[in-house]
Amino acid sequence: MHIKARPLRNLILTFTPMPFLELNGVCKGFGGPEVLTDVNLAIERGEFVAIVGYSGSGKTTLISLIAGLQKPDRGTVKLNDLEITGPGPDRGVVFQNYSLLPWLTVAENIALAVDQVFPNHSAEKRTAIVDKAIATVNLTPAREKLPRQLSGGMRQRVSVARALAMDPQILLLDEPLSALDALTRSTLQDEFERIWEADKKTVVLITNDVDEALLLADRIIPLTPGPGATLGESVAVTLARPRDRKALNHDPEFKRLRALVTNQLLGFGAKRRATITKKLILPDILPEDLDVPRTSRKRPLRPHEIKQEEVAAAT
Amino acid sequence: MNKFKLDWLILPLLGIAVILGLWALFSATWAKDLPSPLKTWESSKPYIVEPFAKRGEMDQGILRFTWYSLTLVAQGYALALIIGTPIGFFLGLSKGFTKTFDPIIQILRPVSPLAWLPLGLVLFLGTGKEAGTYGALFTIAICAMWPTVLNTAVGVRAVPQDYLNVGRVLKLSRWKTLTKILIPATLPYMFTGFRLSLGIAWLVIVAAEMLTGRPGVGGFLWQEYNALIYEHIILSIIVIGLVGFVLDRLMSLLEQRFKTA
Ligand SMILES: Nc1ncnc2c1ncn2[C@@H]1O[C@H](COP(=O)(O)OP(=O)(O)OP(=O)(O)O)[C@@H](O)[C@H]1O
Ligand SMILES: [Mg+2]
Repeated sequence: MHIKARPLRNLILTFTPMPFLELNGVCKGFGGPEVLTDVNLAIERGEFVAIVGYSGSGKTTLISLIAGLQKPDRGTVKLNDLEITGPGPDRGVVFQNYSLLPWLTVAENIALAVDQVFPNHSAEKRTAIVDKAIATVNLTPAREKLPRQLSGGMRQRVSVARALAMDPQILLLDEPLSALDALTRSTLQDEFERIWEADKKTVVLITNDVDEALLLADRIIPLTPGPGATLGESVAVTLARPRDRKALNHDPEFKRLRALVTNQLLGFGAKRRATITKKLILPDILPEDLDVPRTSRKRPLRPHEIKQEEVAAAT
Repeated sequence: MNKFKLDWLILPLLGIAVILGLWALFSATWAKDLPSPLKTWESSKPYIVEPFAKRGEMDQGILRFTWYSLTLVAQGYALALIIGTPIGFFLGLSKGFTKTFDPIIQILRPVSPLAWLPLGLVLFLGTGKEAGTYGALFTIAICAMWPTVLNTAVGVRAVPQDYLNVGRVLKLSRWKTLTKILIPATLPYMFTGFRLSLGIAWLVIVAAEMLTGRPGVGGFLWQEYNALIYEHIILSIIVIGLVGFVLDRLMSLLEQRFKTA
């Protein structure tokens, strides 16, 4: 039996298709120190992968690279074995800050996406898609509301509904729940779980919450702290689905995985602290660029800084 | 607290009373040629109680004159917005465009309407009798468009990258990005520009009418100065001020409406 099975397995391996999403040696910086260095990632179709990492380590940058909103300095990002050259509606993004257009109602925000993705559908069919997406995230009563009339959790759900309505090949969720309170968060996590069970889309979920990752993902990949962040070893989440948050709390496997991922992340943290202390102890650091005026030294900017500067320069 | 409830009414009235008092005092003392408030009222009465009367080319009710001025302002202002808004968008969208045209805009912006008007008249000499009208329109448009241009440009530059990213992910066409994202996101800035532009247009019309002698509040003011009827200068000033104030209020209502959207 054993001997017979082996060639068969090899055969299957040979014909295993390329990973659905593949990042190869991806590096990205914004002029300063590299934010992401040598990121490698392979995700199968239908897989739910969670990427956990410290704040500011480059998680949004990673999502932007997959979304095509940023170009890697080196390396390749491939979807379906095709190199990603720009953004497109085949990758539905749920942005960290919702990014709803404030002058459009819930339905209009979603319709903007639907009209764009399905231009050939009849108007009724498109409305039906919009309504279904709104219903999926339980927002039907808020259909005609403007984003500012909604709570944070409701806005986040609109953002998810917009991404779902586009029927993308892959969903990119950038910390969709981290701005919410714990209670809303767990409600939405359950909603995500339900939605994903319903149509098993490929999902990349960025989060800083290990429990959330364990509840939702098939695989958890830690991102080391930046600068020069890269993906650590992935942890397969072998917990049976559907996962029930109450039962999970007592599940020994859950506890084991949680400890594993947490320790991995804490290990990074310790390493980061170690390198910092080491640098401070080093006796003769004489940076060469001390003569260079402070203003011309490059420092990575937070996005909000950049925007303000541009505006200020313009006025 | 209750005592201060009528503040909004009493204090402004008090302010007006103080000014009227000073005015009366000055006209009675050192400024003998300045008509007193009472004289001004008596002399202006026919123009106010019959605001739409038309007794002759330069002898009409004050609101009739105002109406002439307003129609001309409306045309020049519309021209300013139609030209200024797209320029603002180009400035906001293109660094190259900004580099090319920003210096010239900064130089043209502070030029007074009094300097533009003769050029406007020269430009439209060929139109004969209508040269005054076209010259005035030209002057209003070119003086009033700068706040619209600059505010629109700032607004376009301030459109959050997040909104643009939504457009990029959806692969919106250029036209759709403009109409669905850029314009709505810029509207509050645009309306601030529109309001400031209207204020300038109203300033310019008076100057333009004075120089061209067109019928209108400004023309009336100048004519009455030449006719030594100084009461009507004051009447005109008050009307010009009131109309400007009302226009500004109306525009800021519109502006507020788009702020919240
Ligand atoms: N457009 C940009 N230009 C310059 N630097 C950037 C840009 N975007 C991100 N960075 C820098 O890259 C680093 C990582 O940022 P990123 O937003 O990817 O972090 P993050 O992990 O998503 O953080 P958070 O958890 O707070 O969302 C930061 O140091 C940031 O300053
Ligand atoms: Mg982020």
